[in-house]
Amino acid sequence: MTDADIHRTILAVWRIEQPRLITGLSRMLRDVPLAEDLTQEALLAALEHWSTTGVPEKPGAWLMAVAKRRALDHLRRGRMLAEKHEAIARDMVEEQQAMPDLDSALDDDIGDELLRLIFTACHPLVSREARAALALRMICGLTTDEIARAFLVPEATVAQRIVRAKRTLSESGLNYETPRGEELSQRLASVFEVVYLIFNEGYTAARGEEWLRPQLCHEALRMGRVLASIAPREPEAHGLLALMELNASRGAARIDQAGDPILLMDQNRARWDQLQIRRGMLALSRARELGGARGFYALQAAIIACHAEAATPDATDWRRICELYAELASRVASPVIELNRAVAVGMAEGPVAALAMVDALAGEPALESYHLLPCVRGDLLHKLRRYDEARVAFEAAAGLAGNRREQELMRRRAAEAARAATSS
Amino acid sequence: MRFMYIVTSPKPNMGPTPELLGAMHKLADREIKAGRMLDSGGLMPIKTGARIRIADGKLSVIDGPFVEAKEVVGGYAIFDLRDKEEAVAMAKEFMQLHLDHMPGWEGTCELRAFASPPQ
Repeated sequence: MTDADIHRTILAVWRIEQPRLITGLSRMLRDVPLAEDLTQEALLAALEHWSTTGVPEKPGAWLMAVAKRRALDHLRRGRMLAEKHEAIARDMVEEQQAMPDLDSALDDDIGDELLRLIFTACHPLVSREARAALALRMICGLTTDEIARAFLVPEATVAQRIVRAKRTLSESGLNYETPRGEELSQRLASVFEVVYLIFNEGYTAARGEEWLRPQLCHEALRMGRVLASIAPREPEAHGLLALMELNASRGAARIDQAGDPILLMDQNRARWDQLQIRRGMLALSRARELGGARGFYALQAAIIACHAEAATPDATDWRRICELYAELASRVASPVIELNRAVAVGMAEGPVAALAMVDALAGEPALESYHLLPCVRGDLLHKLRRYDEARVAFEAAAGLAGNRREQELMRRRAAEAARAATSS
Repeated sequence: MRFMYIVTSPKPNMGPTPELLGAMHKLADREIKAGRMLDSGGLMPIKTGARIRIADGKLSVIDGPFVEAKEVVGGYAIFDLRDKEEAVAMAKEFMQLHLDHMPGWEGTCELRAFASPPQ
């Protein structure tokens, strides 16, 4: 094995153990940011030792023993700080003596602890970017470097965001708490927002390194599954999971061999992942059973489900999709949702009605630099045989598109419109 | 990446000890909550099964138990993990439970990545 192989193996082992490690530590220390620090220290220790000794037989126990030693040192150093800490330190010394059964006691139920971890990482007091970084680091075990590459920002920026966010949490005394009652749903919304942000960052792949992007979808899906299994009574946890599973099910069909995007209606449906679709449909029906059919995520999942359930593009129930978009628009006023609704109306009722809706969105500041507005407009104009106008719209869309592949797609559509204009 | 884990053993009649069952349950609980385990299941003894085989252009049905079976599949699991390294680390942890809680047991855990849908 080369050094790089050993490094990868150690990181993999550490990631497997990381959820138990961090939840166990935060339960012991009653401090999530501190638990995260120590989990990282355990990783560093493992990298240092295992590179020469190899991975031990029970890596989890090894890591936990190291982390606990560090925790004890830390508490001894800070003994003067608080009585709470002293009590914990005493408990820990006793527990330490009661080894080796300790770590099995620690992972009795990681559910509550994981939920606390997620709530802490996604605290609304912390900026959205920092929440995403904290969540990826604390819940998914991504390194700072991986997070930086995935979000296309320098590693130092991510490191700084994390340090600052952890400080904010510690200074506000929010390092170990679980929201209850009314606060709970508000806080859950903040968690869902972060998870969906991470998913979309990977799914839309607007810019940047392509190989890391699927990783973000994978991690967001994982967090979605975590939320659905540890907060099973929350309909939107299932709605969000359904939305992500159903979207991700098209992953393999979304790009061709050259890496160019394939539009939904042109995709080979045999390449949609049926296992993932089933999981998504299951999550969606769970959300509905819990009374969450009209939830923000459940409604979007229901729209995607209409596509997943159509064996061929022609079988798509566009009227139903229009209804769902109308309901979504009545819940959330968003020009992006309105634009999507226009696409559905175009399919259900024809391009004339849809074009009127799109033109009504022309002055929207939120869509000013959104390439899909002229793109949709160009598509409708093309269908109405107004080819010159379609070409102009696609050219405008190409100028606004964020990544090269989308720019190329827009230019191809513009060229098609130009050809149609000369031959008509 | 999705991985299929298949556990085989030459001693299929040895059911898991209560300690092993408890330890596996705990691991499964952790992995479901961590969003990594998608599915799993244990299989009943081979006498409950059958084999439907094609040989020499003919289809035949053989009821279990199969005398010639040397290794018998006892269970499976499906995990969603980042890469093969993670998959191997997970399998080692799973097999270590057998070593710790079921002395004398021998067997194999084979893991394979799922094929992505055809191009």
